[in-house]
Amino acid sequence: MSEVTLRVNGETHALDVDPATPLLYVLRNDLGLRGPRFGCGLGQCGTCTVLMDGRAIRSCMRPVSRAEGEITTLEGLSTDGELDPVQQAWIDEQVPQCGYCQNGQILTAKALLDRNPTPSDEEIRQGMNGALCRCMTYYRVQSAVRRASDAMTNGAGGANGTGEAGGEVDR
Amino acid sequence: MKRPAELSPRLEDALARWEGGTSRRDFLKTSGIFVLGFSGVSGIGVAGLGRHGSGGPGEANLYPDPDFLQLDSWLVVHEDGTATFYVGKTDGGQGTGTAMRQMMCDELDLAYDRATLVMGRTDMTVDQGGSGGSDAIERDALPARRVAAEARRVLLELASERFEVPADELRVSEGVISVASDPTRTATYGELIGGRRFDVALTGRNVNETTGLASVKPVQELKIVGQSVPRYDIPAKVDGSLEWAIDVKLPGMVHARNVRPPFAGARLVSLDESSVRDIPGFIRVFREGNYVAVVCEREEQAIQAAESLAVEWERPEAAPFPPSEDLFDYMRGATPVGAGTGSSPRPREEGDPDAALTGAATVVEAAYDIPFQGHTAIGPAHAVADPSDGQMTVYTNDMKPYSHRTGIAEFLGMPPEQVRVIWMEGPQLYGRTAADDAGFEAAYLARELGRPVRMQWMRHEETAWDTKGPAFAIDLRGGLDEAGNAVALDYRARIANYAHVGYNQADTVLIAQLMGIRPERPAPGGGRGPDEMYHIPNRRDETQAVRFPLAFETPLRTGNLRDPNGPQTTFAGESFIDEMAAAANADPVEFRLRLLSGTTEDDTTFRRARSIAVVEAAAEAYGWDARPSPRAPGDGRILTGRGISYAYRIQTTVATIAEVEVDRESGRVLVKRMVCAHDCGLVINPDGLENTIQGNLLHGISRTLFEEVQFDGEKVTSVDWRTHPTLTHMDAPERIDVAIVNGDPNPDRPDLPHYGAGEPSHRTVPAAVANAIHDATGVRMRRIPLRPERVLEELAAAGL
Repeated sequence: MSEVTLRVNGETHALDVDPATPLLYVLRNDLGLRGPRFGCGLGQCGTCTVLMDGRAIRSCMRPVSRAEGEITTLEGLSTDGELDPVQQAWIDEQVPQCGYCQNGQILTAKALLDRNPTPSDEEIRQGMNGALCRCMTYYRVQSAVRRASDAMTNGAGGANGTGEAGGEVDR
Repeated sequence: MKRPAELSPRLEDALARWEGGTSRRDFLKTSGIFVLGFSGVSGIGVAGLGRHGSGGPGEANLYPDPDFLQLDSWLVVHEDGTATFYVGKTDGGQGTGTAMRQMMCDELDLAYDRATLVMGRTDMTVDQGGSGGSDAIERDALPARRVAAEARRVLLELASERFEVPADELRVSEGVISVASDPTRTATYGELIGGRRFDVALTGRNVNETTGLASVKPVQELKIVGQSVPRYDIPAKVDGSLEWAIDVKLPGMVHARNVRPPFAGARLVSLDESSVRDIPGFIRVFREGNYVAVVCEREEQAIQAAESLAVEWERPEAAPFPPSEDLFDYMRGATPVGAGTGSSPRPREEGDPDAALTGAATVVEAAYDIPFQGHTAIGPAHAVADPSDGQMTVYTNDMKPYSHRTGIAEFLGMPPEQVRVIWMEGPQLYGRTAADDAGFEAAYLARELGRPVRMQWMRHEETAWDTKGPAFAIDLRGGLDEAGNAVALDYRARIANYAHVGYNQADTVLIAQLMGIRPERPAPGGGRGPDEMYHIPNRRDETQAVRFPLAFETPLRTGNLRDPNGPQTTFAGESFIDEMAAAANADPVEFRLRLLSGTTEDDTTFRRARSIAVVEAAAEAYGWDARPSPRAPGDGRILTGRGISYAYRIQTTVATIAEVEVDRESGRVLVKRMVCAHDCGLVINPDGLENTIQGNLLHGISRTLFEEVQFDGEKVTSVDWRTHPTLTHMDAPERIDVAIVNGDPNPDRPDLPHYGAGEPSHRTVPAAVANAIHDATGVRMRRIPLRPERVLEELAAAGL
């Protein structure tokens, strides 16, 4: 055990854990976060995805000692109870089925759209490809990414807008 | 009073209304006598003079079954006029809870957002069996509707007494009852019964028959049913606030991991605890027979201990099963289970199939192979068990919490009343998943250790050891007369399904098997042919089970996987109907419609008429150009084609059309477009239905193109997403059209039934895709999954 400092969702945490511990278990078990979930422990499915300085990373593979920078989990996407446009698009499109993987879908989409605010259909498919879903909600996930893209680029509120700008987009 | 340390906020929300006085459990326990107390601060309090008094630690009968013959078990109206519904179902992500809440609100005459719904808690919701068989909407929603209608009737009666006006002179709207002749005289549901028990007995020989005196509303009067109400569970799944079964944390909880035998049928010779004793947080190694688990204070410690534990295993003398490349030869060559003993199931026969085949102008023959496929849930199995005070509480996403409870009680030798199972959200539940196994393991370890234990399977364990959908080897022969009419169909299947594992059985759950427990009578592993309404006068339908040398402690244990056997049998059946259509030089849609129209007889649910309706609707929605398959393949690298497949499941009829692109250089098959015409009767939530069908279709594509459990002669070698691949974003169709069909001959009847949708469309996918590949290339793919190397092989064999 040794002291590790983590920046998560805007707060700094000093933790006494084995530095080799995968970030996932520290986020879930020490910080009590529910967004990142265990899926494979192999970096294959994306269920454990978190953002590190805006990049989507697999927290199941990342030793906590190498989790430098600002970590954002699903819980940290919304600010003051206001949903990120990506989250709003997920509700508007009624994307989830069981929802277990949707943390990875949403954060992968968030990182994709921050990198490329107007992805083509092909870029969405490629950008989202590493996020697996066994309920197979891919069809709606892709619609929601398009909707979020519209909301973020056309909406008055910008990256943290109300999400309502995309409310009328056809599926 | 014993209360779990932490409950999901959703459940707490439902319970919170009772915190001023007593719990939901005590509310249900109390007899008819009750004292109603008001206090300005805490609101209402209900204190009972119950049969059991207040439940203290260690008290027997702590978790009694809610009585389905009491209205109070199903429904509570709160003081503010909101209601909580309690149903014994679970929701695997198909919106079952939302749909049931819609139906119950409609019957109760309450706005949708004025109700909440609690599901799958054995001490709080009546036993409706949990999920399974796509039966929630078809079967279990009926008593739910009736009890809500009964509550409305009783509320009208209460208002009738209050206003001294006959009930039929009252009006009800969204939880407010008014006098028709004087609309200023009103009473809300909250005023009439809020916080108090109905104390109304219901009747019915079983939970499905439960009814009061009231009738359910005619379909025409339902207002919330039929609307695409957004699912109530989605916002908390999107913002990260929902507490899932995987999130449960209890004071003193420790983490467990299993150590599985490295070979099927391996015997544990010895283990060396000193190999893990120095791992920080190490608590204990458990070993009973061939079952091994480690427990540590922290999760990552338990993972390390499971990986590091030195165990000596001995290989079994005989090979447990053939390697996967020999599977189908093995199945066709094996002696069927029960052969020669008279216990083998008899084939179903109509007419004289052998004579009809002999006399046929054309005989078509084909063989189809479908491998084992896994559930491979996106989140490996997990559960938390709390043994506090000699009771047992299990937090799980198991879709059948009731049998989970009775199975665990039996396994541990505890009275069921001391065990309760709390269902919470989790990864998809499409049948008999390893959630069953993980809950038993957590409960066993928790009892042995005397501390709450969280069991979590790893990915390799989930993929290798979860129950499998059975493999099939299916041989078909069909006869056509001179005019191209089908006159005979001979279906003979072999299914690798011996010792099929049921739900939550104390003698077949994996921990029991590894401990050496064996069921008295292993399931023989039957099956039957595809479900269709074709009129073919001479038919045989025979399914025989085969077994491997090793029937227990094997990772090739079979259990129900979404639409058990449906995708496999329909793949063979509907591919073969296409082969017969091609042999008859007939359009595949026209050929099917001819077979469905060969008789005018129908059953009481009009499945034949509703089958015709979906086939016609699919063709129309797709824009089907009638012609025989295959089309003339083009010269380009990409070949395109379309194929149809039709089936029914229980009462729901489905026809699906797939449009594919086949890359003749890479062998890759891409399903570009799907059209699904679906008749499940009355639709409760159109958008929820569409989402469910989309998931079924894509899951079907995944099983058609990618999924196969592979094994060598001693172990399953599919252990992750590379070795048991799944559909990805790149493989998703660009367009999916769902056509909701109502093919009932009297579609406006007031009692139009609502049927299931959780599985039926799934089974149509493999044949639709294979038929589309045939249309595109002229090549018939008869072995699932249709991976690129197999497609290339078949294309090469056809000279393409």
